[in-house]
Parts: sequence; C-alpha cells; structure tokens
Amino acid sequence: MGAGHAHRLYRHGHSPVHALPPHTKLAAAFAFVVVVVSTPREAMWAFALYAVLLAGVAYAARVPAGFLLKRLLIEVPFVAFAVLMPFVAEGERVDVLGLSLSVNGLWGAWNVLAKGTLGVAASVLLASTTELRELLLGLQRLKLPPLLVQIASFMIRYGDVITDEMRRMRIARESRGFEASGVRHWGVLAKSAGALFIRSYERGERVHLAMVSRGYAGSMPVIDEVTASRAQWSYALALPVAALAVCLLGWVL
Amino acid sequence: MHVPDGFIDAPTSAAAGVIAAGAVAVSLRGARRELDERTAPLAGLVAAFIFAVQMLNFPVAAGTSGHLLGGALAAILVGPYTGVLCVSVVLLMQGILFADGGLTALGVNVIDMALTTTVVAYAVFRGLVKVLPRTRRSVTVASFAAAVLSVPAAACVFTLIYAIGGTTDVSIGKVATAMIGVHVLIGIGEAVITALTVGAVIAVRPDLVHGARGLRQRLKLRVGDDLVDVPDTAPVPAAARTGRVSRRAVWAGGLVASLVLAGFVSFYASADPDGLEKVAHDKGIDRTAKEHASADSPLADYGVRNITDARLSGGLAGVIGVGVTVVAGTGVFWAVRRRRDADASPASLDTSAAEKV
Repeated sequence: MGAGHAHRLYRHGHSPVHALPPHTKLAAAFAFVVVVVSTPREAMWAFALYAVLLAGVAYAARVPAGFLLKRLLIEVPFVAFAVLMPFVAEGERVDVLGLSLSVNGLWGAWNVLAKGTLGVAASVLLASTTELRELLLGLQRLKLPPLLVQIASFMIRYGDVITDEMRRMRIARESRGFEASGVRHWGVLAKSAGALFIRSYERGERVHLAMVSRGYAGSMPVIDEVTASRAQWSYALALPVAALAVCLLGWVL
Repeated sequence: MHVPDGFIDAPTSAAAGVIAAGAVAVSLRGARRELDERTAPLAGLVAAFIFAVQMLNFPVAAGTSGHLLGGALAAILVGPYTGVLCVSVVLLMQGILFADGGLTALGVNVIDMALTTTVVAYAVFRGLVKVLPRTRRSVTVASFAAAVLSVPAAACVFTLIYAIGGTTDVSIGKVATAMIGVHVLIGIGEAVITALTVGAVIAVRPDLVHGARGLRQRLKLRVGDDLVDVPDTAPVPAAARTGRVSRRAVWAGGLVASLVLAGFVSFYASADPDGLEKVAHDKGIDRTAKEHASADSPLADYGVRNITDARLSGGLAGVIGVGVTVVAGTGVFWAVRRRRDADASPASLDTSAAEKV
C-alpha cells in the first residue's frame, strides 16, 4: 500500500478514461472481449486493428506501454501451450524451417494467442484505470446480486490483510530456522494453512459482530451513488462499437 | 488452469456463462441457509483465505513447487454452497483484476474450477464420512479421497467443454490424455495438502469443519467419580451401533483396497496379461479363440477408449470397473436383503411374542 490506499493494480490518474463511471467501463471492456472472441481467426488484420484500438485507449488513459506489457506477462503459461499446439494438432502439415507443423495447429495457436492477449490487455486497462471500490460499485450497478458484490468486496478488502497474515506466518517460520525444501515439509505448511483458515474465519465472525453493532441489516449503504450520463455511455461504448465494426468487416471480407 | 479468452468459442462460452450464473444463484441461496445473515463477511473472508492460500507455495522437488487449487478444501471446510460461492468470487476477481482467465471464459472457469471440484469433492467426502467409522482419522482419509478425485474430475469437465466448443484442432483423445494425466498428479498433491490442512483445522477447531459437523463428541457429565453420557434425545442402542460400525469399516476397507488395486497398482502392473493369456498366446492356443462379445465396448481389454497411454487407461478402466461392480453388487445385495427382511419379519415377530409369553 505504497500510494495512499489504492491497490497496487490501480494506476492513479486524471485522464478521461479514469473519469468514466465504472459500470460503463466494465460494460465496454466485456463487450469488447465478446466481439474479439467472435471474430474469425483468418482475419488477421482485424486483430491488428483491435490492438490499435486498445493502444488508443491506453494512450487516452496515460497508461505507459511498459506497465501494460509487464502486466501482460500473466499470460505466459498459455503462450507455452500455444507454442506446443502446431506440433500436436492434426490435419495437413507444412514444413517451416525443417519442422513439420500442422496448419490447423498454427491457426489455433494464433487464435488463442491473439484473442487471449487482447482479452488480458482489456482487463489490465480496466483494472489500472478503475479503483477497486469503484469496480465493485460498477458490478452492483450492472445488476450483479448485492450479496455477491458484498462477498467480493470483503474478499478484496481483507485479501491484503489475510495475505499479510500469511506473510507474517512465513517470517515466523523462517525466523525459527524452518526452510521448506521438499515434500517432507508439507505438514508444517499445511498446519500454517489450517491456522490461516481459522484466523480468517474468526476474523469474519468479529467483522460480522462489528457490523451488527453498527446497524448492519443485510445490505451495505451506498453513499456515493454513481450514474452515467448519455455522453459518458457513448464515450465508453465507442471502443466496443468500433470493434464491432471491425468484426463485421472481418466476417464480410 | 485458468482458461483464457479465445480458447473456447463464443456460443459455448455463452452457454457456460448461463450455467455458471445459475449455479452461483443456487449457491447464493444455499449459502444463506448455511451461514444465515453472516454470509457476506464470512464468505468474503473465506474467499480471501482461498485467494491467499493459492499463493502458498508447496515445494515439490529441486526448484519446482505447486499450490493449492482450493475447491475441495473450501467444500469440506465451509460446505458446498459457500464453497462454490467463494471459489467463484475468487475467479471473478482474478478475471477482472488480475486478467487471470478471460472475461468471456469466466463461465467455463467457474463450471470447471468452482462447480466441479467443489461438488465432486463434497459428494465423495460426505459419502466416505457416512461409510467410515466416526473418527477424526476417517475425516482426513475422506478429505484425501475427495481432493484426489476432484481435480481429475475438473480436467474431465474441461475436456468435455473443449470437445463441445474448442477452437483448436487437437484431437479429444490427446487433450484428455494430457489433461487427465497431468491432473491426476496434481490431484495427489492437492489431496495430501487438503488432508493435512483439514487435519490441522479439525485438531484445533473441529466445530469449524462443515463436513465433520456430525462427528462431535458427546457431552459427558461427571457424576460422583465416573463419566456419564448426557442423555441424548434419541439414544442409539450401543450394540446395534457397534455392529454397524464394524460392518461399515469392512465395507469401506474393501472398497478402498479394490480402488487402490484397480486404479494405482494396475498402473504399475506388468503389461503382459495374466499368465493363462500369455501362455495361450505363446503356444498359439488362442488362435481359434473368438474375441469376447463385448470387445467393442468402451472398456474392452481393460482400457478406456481414446486414451492412448496404456497404463493410465488401464488404471481408469480399473477404477470404473470397480465402481460398476460395487453399484451392481450393492443393488443385488440390497434386493436380496429386502426380500429376506420381508420373509423374516413375521417369524421374528412370532419369536418375540413367544418370548413375552
């Protein structure tokens, strides 16, 4: 929690993208990903255009390219999977640099890589321009069940607390000379996990009592109700609409 | 195992999303029953716990390490509904915030990792706890079995979804072999950790383990110098109970032993068929023998079709075979016993009447 009380995923700023109401951004990101997924994989230029669109959003949001690229690294396991695909897939084969690769496999790898990367980039942009609390409020505005939103908000709020508790337990273990190096040490680690569960659950009970003593009756009061004007909606939906145009072109051409 | 965007086609993702939304709606109602008005903070904190414990690294060997998936653990510790809910919330937040798992693939991820693991784990766990003797050790054993089955089950469901709407051209057999093979190994790790963790919780706060709620020790009173059970509302006759427990133990032991033999030992068994078949083959006796009538069945020659790895396929076939045998055997046993009870009841009535006289 270096910068104020913002989460480390959030990048503070005052750009027009930051200023948009959260539910419009959520809807836009989701619609964009749906459009990307339903684009035919043969239209390679369409994916380039999508990337340009996202780059435009990143520029408008003043999110630096390095930050975005670093966050894209989460995709690496699936890149490995995609690289394997041309070797194991079936169908006719071509020789590239002396390797026999499946044509369908190459298309499949391209499909997963392109769509996956665009999807990850869209969520990274969403998370880095929207504060966590706003994101949860946006989910509630989008008619997600309030109970689900409450659970998610408790998870987000206490996620760092529980993670820190786990870190303190690790430091306590290490300061007593414990070093986990193999399966033999799983017992100790699992006892830590069990203790962590008990602490989390008991903290939940305390949190509930504290809430009840402050008048909680099943729903959280919303004090900063956000509404979106028509202009804001159209501004946010410019991205998926542009993407939809590209997608339709991709199907027609 | 988080599925990214573009891996499953749009219609299948949409259908999966609808199913997942239904499952989450059902588990919201169920969780309210399990936790009443404490649902929000408790489920939230449990979700935070699952999120954190997924980051706890368990070293395997030389540099590699694994982590818990948490579905089975959540189901056993907080119950199936709350478990589904917590893991789904974790997946939702991972998708939106950490870009881990695609937004359109959220439905697939929830079905796969939240719904399947939790439901399978809980079903297996409850079944075993009912069958095994009522001790703490059997809870640990049951949670091991629950977790070890839940992970390959999730891999099976993923393969099924892939077969319906996969966008790539890798054959189903290959995907199934790779997914299930890898996840059987992951499942063993998951099971060890889950069993140890449940054991640790049950040693300190047995009341917090949802799956073991029925196993609480009876309250005892000290009357004079000896301990006396607090009278129960519906006392169970001691003789009947011990009798049932011992039979249950035998039954469970047999089931576990045959599953282990069929699933794991056959995995390492000799690839040569049994002695008679080998001899027959060597001597050419079997040249005239006809193939068995069910040679076309999916389990023919003790292997599951479309799964090319001979050992894995043999093991799977073994487990399925034991399952079918147990179900069929139990059915026969049950039918026979019902008939015998029907025959015996008038006679026993007569004898008891005679005793009274």
